[in-house]
Amino acid sequence: MTSAATADVPVAQARGLSKRYGGFVAVDAIDFEVRPGEVLGMLGPNGAGKSTTMRMMYQVTPPSSGELTLFGMRSGRDARRIKARLGVVPQIDNLDEDLSVRDNLRIHARYHGLGPTEAAERSDALLAFVGLEAKARQQVRSLSGGMKRRLTLARGLVSDPDLVILDEPTTGLDPQVRLALWDKLEALRTAGATLMLSTHYMDEAERLCDRLLIMDAGRVVAAGTPRGLIAERLDPYVIEGRLKGGDDGPYRRLADAVGATAQRSGDRLSVFVPDGRAALERLLGDGVDPDRAFVRPSNLEDLFLALTGRELRE
Amino acid sequence: MIDPASVGRVWLRNAWVFRGRWHYGILPNFFEPVFYLLGMGLGLGYYVSTGGAFGGDYLTYIAPGLVAASAMNGASFETTYNVFVKLHFGRIYDATIATPVGIQDVTVGEASWAVTRATIYGGTFLIVTLFFGVAVGWHLIPALLAIVLIGFAFAALGLAFTSVVPTIDLFSYYFTLFLTPSFLFSDIFFPVAERFPPAAAAIAEFTPLYRSVQLMRGVLTEGGGPVAGDVAYLLLFGTALLAFAVWRMRVRMVV
Ligand SMILES: Nc1ncnc2c1ncn2[C@@H]1O[C@H](COP(=O)(O)OP(=O)(O)O)[C@@H](O)[C@H]1O
Ligand SMILES: [Mg+2]
Repeated sequence: MTSAATADVPVAQARGLSKRYGGFVAVDAIDFEVRPGEVLGMLGPNGAGKSTTMRMMYQVTPPSSGELTLFGMRSGRDARRIKARLGVVPQIDNLDEDLSVRDNLRIHARYHGLGPTEAAERSDALLAFVGLEAKARQQVRSLSGGMKRRLTLARGLVSDPDLVILDEPTTGLDPQVRLALWDKLEALRTAGATLMLSTHYMDEAERLCDRLLIMDAGRVVAAGTPRGLIAERLDPYVIEGRLKGGDDGPYRRLADAVGATAQRSGDRLSVFVPDGRAALERLLGDGVDPDRAFVRPSNLEDLFLALTGRELRE
Repeated sequence: MIDPASVGRVWLRNAWVFRGRWHYGILPNFFEPVFYLLGMGLGLGYYVSTGGAFGGDYLTYIAPGLVAASAMNGASFETTYNVFVKLHFGRIYDATIATPVGIQDVTVGEASWAVTRATIYGGTFLIVTLFFGVAVGWHLIPALLAIVLIGFAFAALGLAFTSVVPTIDLFSYYFTLFLTPSFLFSDIFFPVAERFPPAAAAIAEFTPLYRSVQLMRGVLTEGGGPVAGDVAYLLLFGTALLAFAVWRMRVRMVV
């Protein structure tokens, strides 16, 4: 993959970007940019506005207000030229069931203006990249869910795009298929591609993304590198304990001492602390059973829950 | 706004799908005219008094109208059920419009493919009529052009309808309440004006299939009437409805 954009001109930039459906605000005045060569992750619960934002970027949903530019071109006005430089992997597979696996790629290459020979060559190369050469002549409907996802990824790459937009590329897939897709995305990343991907998997975000936008209810609630965001907003360690009928006093006293609150869900307790070892020693000194408490580094999931809350989303 | 190259690529996609299964499609295309000409032309025609308005044998009278109707059917199936399924179930347009191809190119591309299908249908019918002794000769070229124009008008009408209907069930209204009466009362089988009151005949004469039948008769029969009015009607009708369909499909897809 090539990245035609020069070093500091953003590949995409949004200012006050909003989308309203009737009175409902799906995307609420968000600002962000995608920098050349980076993998930008959009992390957010269902309904956060991730897909809507991406659909505005790939020019199929007009923004209600705000500014959006891609490759220095204005969204909407230059839609055709913008789309020519994008690759899209939508949230729901929309492969052409009436065409063979290979023809799905070939026709997309043709839509992107490639000639017949070039389209065939690119298609074959990408079938090899996603490991579907053996299925080239089969009908799409005979593929498994994981194979369809890989084919959709290949389709998104067929025009050698300058920015690839991937909407929840691994949601609903087997662990093996997820790992296989991650390998492909990491290969793209190593090759210097600019990617924007949405996910609600923390491990995926942490593993693949250089930078994250955390979205909730149509807003960007935090942006930065995964490590940086955690360091900025949370203490570096978490003490976790299981009460098993025991007293939560030691945890509350620890939380008071470090100026945090002990978060309780059912039988479990957690406290963010600046020094994990000291905190654990303090707990043990306060009579906590060593088998029921442990220290771990704060992670993205902690941050995500801290930012977006613990209640269930549809 | 409409990019001809993109329109061509949408056409190409449909041609690829058709290429994979043309042998299934073409056989009914071939037998339908054979059965019509045998049943209505040779069978029923025997009992229809010759002379009068027909001025010849019945098969020769109905053949041009049947060619026009088959072009209508080819364009209609393509732009109703097929487009609706792609629009709502297959989501393939969602994938297409995320490429440099826009929704307006998709709409016009579908129309162009429907014209192709109409030409295959109507052209097959036309060729079959040759074997039933309907003289065509040099009329073949204007007749093919007429088929293209009829295909265009009905492709536009089908797309316009598809772009507004919310559910697939409503197509049975289109076929039963519009295309079927068009087929029966467009001068294909009998001169409508001779059998129905002037007001009813005037309505019939205003429908696109009636104009198509007049056009086809005009180009296929020796000393056929002038066709400029019918050509203008079908061109205007098709262009206006295609413009409407392009606009409506955009409203529908771009939310
Ligand atoms: N076409 C639409 N009409 C009305 N509401 C919509 C439409 N598309 C999305 N929404 C709403 O916008 C919100 C954001 O949706 P979406 O962008 O799909 O979220 P995410 O991808 O983060 O799960 C949701 O509440 C969704 O129901
Ligand atoms: Mg989504």
